[in-house]
Amino acid sequence: MTDVIDTKRAKKQALGPYGKVGHAINELDERLGVAKGGRTFMDKIFPDHWSFMLGEIALYSFVVLVVTGVFLTLYYIPSTDLVTYHGSYLPLDGQRMTEAYASSVNLSFAVRGGLLMRQMHHWACDIFVGSIVVHMARIFFTGAFRKPRELNWTIGLTLLILAIANGFLGYSLPDDLVSGTGIRIAYSIILSIPLAGSYLAFWVFGGNYPGTAVIPRFFILHVLIIPLIIIGLVGAHLFLLVRQKHTQFPGKGRTEKNVVGTPMFPVFIAKTTGFLFVTTGVIALLGAFAQINPIWQFGPYTASRISYAVQPDWYMGFLDGALRIWPSWSFHSWGYTIPLEVFVPSVLLPGLIFNIAYVWPAIERKFSKDNQLHNLLFRPSDRPKHTAAGVASLVFVAMLFIASSTDVLANFFRLPLNEVLWAMRILVIISPLIAYPITWKICKEIQAVQGGGKRKTANIVSRTTEGEYVAVPAPAYADDVHQELEPTPVPRYIVESDEHETTTGVRVAER
Amino acid sequence: MSEHDEIRTPVSLQGISSDDPHLQPLSKNPQLVERVIAANFLLGLLLVAAFGACYWVNAKPWTLGATLGGGLFFLGVGLVAWGKYLMPRGPFVEERHELATSTEDRNALAAAIVERGGGVVKRRKLLGGLLGGGVGIFTIVAMFPLLRSLGPLPKRTLDTTDWKKGTYLVDITGRRVSVGDLAIGSIVTVYPEGLQNSDRGQAVDQTVLIRISDEDFTTQKGRETWGPAGYLAYSKLCTHLGCPVGLYEQELQLLVCPCHQSMFNVTNGALPQFGPAPRPLPQLPLYVDASGYIRSQSGYKVPVGPGFWERS
Repeated sequence: MTDVIDTKRAKKQALGPYGKVGHAINELDERLGVAKGGRTFMDKIFPDHWSFMLGEIALYSFVVLVVTGVFLTLYYIPSTDLVTYHGSYLPLDGQRMTEAYASSVNLSFAVRGGLLMRQMHHWACDIFVGSIVVHMARIFFTGAFRKPRELNWTIGLTLLILAIANGFLGYSLPDDLVSGTGIRIAYSIILSIPLAGSYLAFWVFGGNYPGTAVIPRFFILHVLIIPLIIIGLVGAHLFLLVRQKHTQFPGKGRTEKNVVGTPMFPVFIAKTTGFLFVTTGVIALLGAFAQINPIWQFGPYTASRISYAVQPDWYMGFLDGALRIWPSWSFHSWGYTIPLEVFVPSVLLPGLIFNIAYVWPAIERKFSKDNQLHNLLFRPSDRPKHTAAGVASLVFVAMLFIASSTDVLANFFRLPLNEVLWAMRILVIISPLIAYPITWKICKEIQAVQGGGKRKTANIVSRTTEGEYVAVPAPAYADDVHQELEPTPVPRYIVESDEHETTTGVRVAER
Repeated sequence: MSEHDEIRTPVSLQGISSDDPHLQPLSKNPQLVERVIAANFLLGLLLVAAFGACYWVNAKPWTLGATLGGGLFFLGVGLVAWGKYLMPRGPFVEERHELATSTEDRNALAAAIVERGGGVVKRRKLLGGLLGGGVGIFTIVAMFPLLRSLGPLPKRTLDTTDWKKGTYLVDITGRRVSVGDLAIGSIVTVYPEGLQNSDRGQAVDQTVLIRISDEDFTTQKGRETWGPAGYLAYSKLCTHLGCPVGLYEQELQLLVCPCHQSMFNVTNGALPQFGPAPRPLPQLPLYVDASGYIRSQSGYKVPVGPGFWERS
């Protein structure tokens, strides 16, 4: 018996102080040389600020998109062949429809967990695009896009455009009445491009609308090509993030030359994995309790049918709104037509918006003559003009978004459609002009407030013996006093303090 | 770490004592927090197991989502709280190493490109030109699939529909429409006979037939014979973006597109009256034949649907 025990102990000692993990690392490092880089990666510092998790929402909703999307591809059939439906959803029984629509209805009702997966996929998409927008707003308003991070701003913006495009493609795949109308509109938008429009439209759709090619083509774009580009760009986005390290807000011990926060392992890993679970959980709860895109109620797509109050997914809203409120100006001369009523609001306008966003870092660098590297963020109130410009731009796009529901607004408020339309036309132009000075003023006011963000304390008024009143502010609340410690480098190893009985003594990692 | 780095961050070579405040949890009452987290984990664990059970017995979809979502949510909240309140509070700091290298390094790279690479090409201009030409031609040739395989060329197909002289108007079931079929104020979607179930008939030829009176109706000058017995036929494709103009407002005699609220005046040649559509809906000239069927005098005189460059 004792022999056996001795062997075990001997083996343990032979493994070294870190046991099997240490052994595995030895083996791996001999072959790949990963120990040094691995340790540096585990020590990578992540700043502690809630606004840094907005990008994580985007990343994790994309994970949910991939997982639920793979599930959906197992049951979805990208075909416009006509079939007669005889599935479990009785109101559609006997109707002629495309296989794409029939399989979408079937995977919702006949596949176990299918409806949940479809709803989660759709919710995850809406959250994906939304979180990218909010994340970008954070980057913009705190100046994280400045040198040296202009390239990552560009990648992020491209990801937003790809997310919107892929969202639209996926929304089109079920081939229901509402999404089919969306495809019809997309076709007409491509058609409106001067010179090449009709050629481009025929190439995308494989002929005159509707054709039979569009569903299979949208499918392969939606499930393979665009996701691959997104995955590649997400990888590049994160690589640059690690390479250039995080930005951080100014604060105790924080300079342009360091990063203060918590290390990757185990603190950040725990928090971010937890956050992956929370994001997925919230999406699953939304999928369970908040119905989204009930395609079985819309019916199959027929080119000559239409539904009332048709709205696209939210991220296409600004385009739809622009199309609604743009006046019916069309150019027609010399035997040619430029459908300005479509081309300007749905091609030129988004092109302009995104291109301005692309070159914004360069514009700002040029006009502020600031060519320095910036790793410390500013607070939005520190840069009134910058913040006001951002808010005005967001208000402009938000107004276009609201304009996408002119008919619903008119119905809801019992107003004539004409008045709502004109109100939106005016608001789209006026609101940014109002938002700019208001934001600017708010920023200036915040700058003037001392100790902003802390609770007000009472002024203790006391009367001196001479009868004079003196007001002295009471000390700040204990919770409001910044209790952060002076930051310390991640320790190479941890020395057990004397109170603990340890058999191995000081654990020292050999370098 | 290289020697250079060690000089920059000498402190990181040291260990710190396990009772260092940086290694203590943020929470002032770790025992309580641990219990709360444990409760979260337990709840999450039970819900995730319940998800498995629900899936196994094929329970209602909402129970699947509630158990899966709730389970992951509680596990996640517990894990976030563990990281935030019980793990070393920090803050820790790391150096940010300058990414920029030296001027020599940059010049070396530039020299490799300009001198070594550019020099090679400059010395052999003919080869460079030929290779560039080959790659250039290949780039153009590679776009040929766009022209030949992705789809047919538009030619003039956008200008025409399948309505011809004498085409019968049929409804979606294929029944021919005759003069007594529609009451005044009613509307029906019609197609060229034989095409009512085809993609092209549905998408391009779709036409609304409205009866607005029982006498011949003239919508515009020159269209005196187009509306026999009060029957008017307009293309159902909105001239804005091609949505079906499916709403008929009888009192105001408007055709309304539900997509972007373009409105067309039925009595006045479907001139746009409101909204973003710039052109009237093309009108199909009709006649009533000897047997009382409604038929088209000819095709549409102008292209139907949204605008495009070649639309003359």
